[in-house]
Amino acid sequence: MRVAILTAAAALSTTVALATEADLRRSESFDAKQDRIERSVALFGEMAKVITHPRCMNCHPADNIPRQGDEQRLHRPPMVRGGEASFGPSGLHCNSCHGSENLAVVGHDRDIPGHDPWQLAPASMGWIGLSVHEICVQLKDPARNGNRSLADIHKFLATDGLVGWGWHPGKGREAAPGTQEILGELTQAWIQTGAACPK
Amino acid sequence: MISFLVNNVDVQVDAPGDTPLLWILRDWLNLTGTKFGCGVAQCGACTVHVDGQARRSCVTPVASVAGSAVTTVEGLAATAGDGREFHPLQAAWIEVQAPQCGYCQPGQLMQAAALLGETPDPSDDDIRNGMAANLCRCMAYVRIRKAIKLAAQAQNGGRK
Ligand code: FES
Ligand code: FES
Repeated sequence: MRVAILTAAAALSTTVALATEADLRRSESFDAKQDRIERSVALFGEMAKVITHPRCMNCHPADNIPRQGDEQRLHRPPMVRGGEASFGPSGLHCNSCHGSENLAVVGHDRDIPGHDPWQLAPASMGWIGLSVHEICVQLKDPARNGNRSLADIHKFLATDGLVGWGWHPGKGREAAPGTQEILGELTQAWIQTGAACPK
Repeated sequence: MISFLVNNVDVQVDAPGDTPLLWILRDWLNLTGTKFGCGVAQCGACTVHVDGQARRSCVTPVASVAGSAVTTVEGLAATAGDGREFHPLQAAWIEVQAPQCGYCQPGQLMQAAALLGETPDPSDDDIRNGMAANLCRCMAYVRIRKAIKLAAQAQNGGRK
């Protein structure tokens, strides 16, 4: 019995650690949908699996407090956005603790996440608490998305290093579903089909 | 060999690159002012400056500071210039008798110095937010805040 439980636990942890490509459908799997707008909405729904994942949401707070972990608890130690640069308050920047790469800590089951830069998304891009529809509308709104065009949004999601960290989060936290490459393809296909938002 | 400056002195250490800077400071360079509290970036006791920015030395691999200038509490006074014995923050700390047991205080001082370096006249919120991740098990927070305000006044030409 003990062996069986251990085996099951090992299988579970493998599943969590891998968070595979299969968790995110590729854009071509939506080709069968004839209606262009319907296809676009479905594509955004798939993108939203990444966008609403803790690896993304934790740094998109609407209340200026970063979140941590798969459970999305408030950041410990206490931390706030700071000014417009969104990398922490005066004197205490995110990189006071977060280095340029994930850091294993002896005796702890979670790495301290790292990337250069490490910072929150701008305040206008607060997502926590929003519906997928609201996030989609906000993502397309240059007044709230850092004056980005749809092409800029594609480039950001497909190539930005901090976005890419979501698939390489180190020990103790689940990776975002799929791969950054698949997210890039989905975003491109969403834009090509009219960048429609779910209701 | 990893080379960097510590309190304006060139140092070279032949250590594994992932060794925490805190151990290099304390065990290799004998700069024991910087304290170990938690080892996981939760308490602030190990705060030093790297190129003028606050850094938790317990989670800073020594390789990452190669070529940088590290300042510890032992070198804080010198950063104020003009050959003073104490940095304005240290003078204020003494004036209000901020410490109780003292263990957290090197980290508190270095964090406060980073705060004033960026915001010379901090509001209560600036102090609260900038110092929130420096824990004091003796609950000296009120005196620490008072000392930061006093030092800010002194630095801004108000006194001393
Ligand atoms: S010892 Fe580094 S933050 Fe606690
Ligand atoms: S003075 Fe004792 S821990 Fe702060």
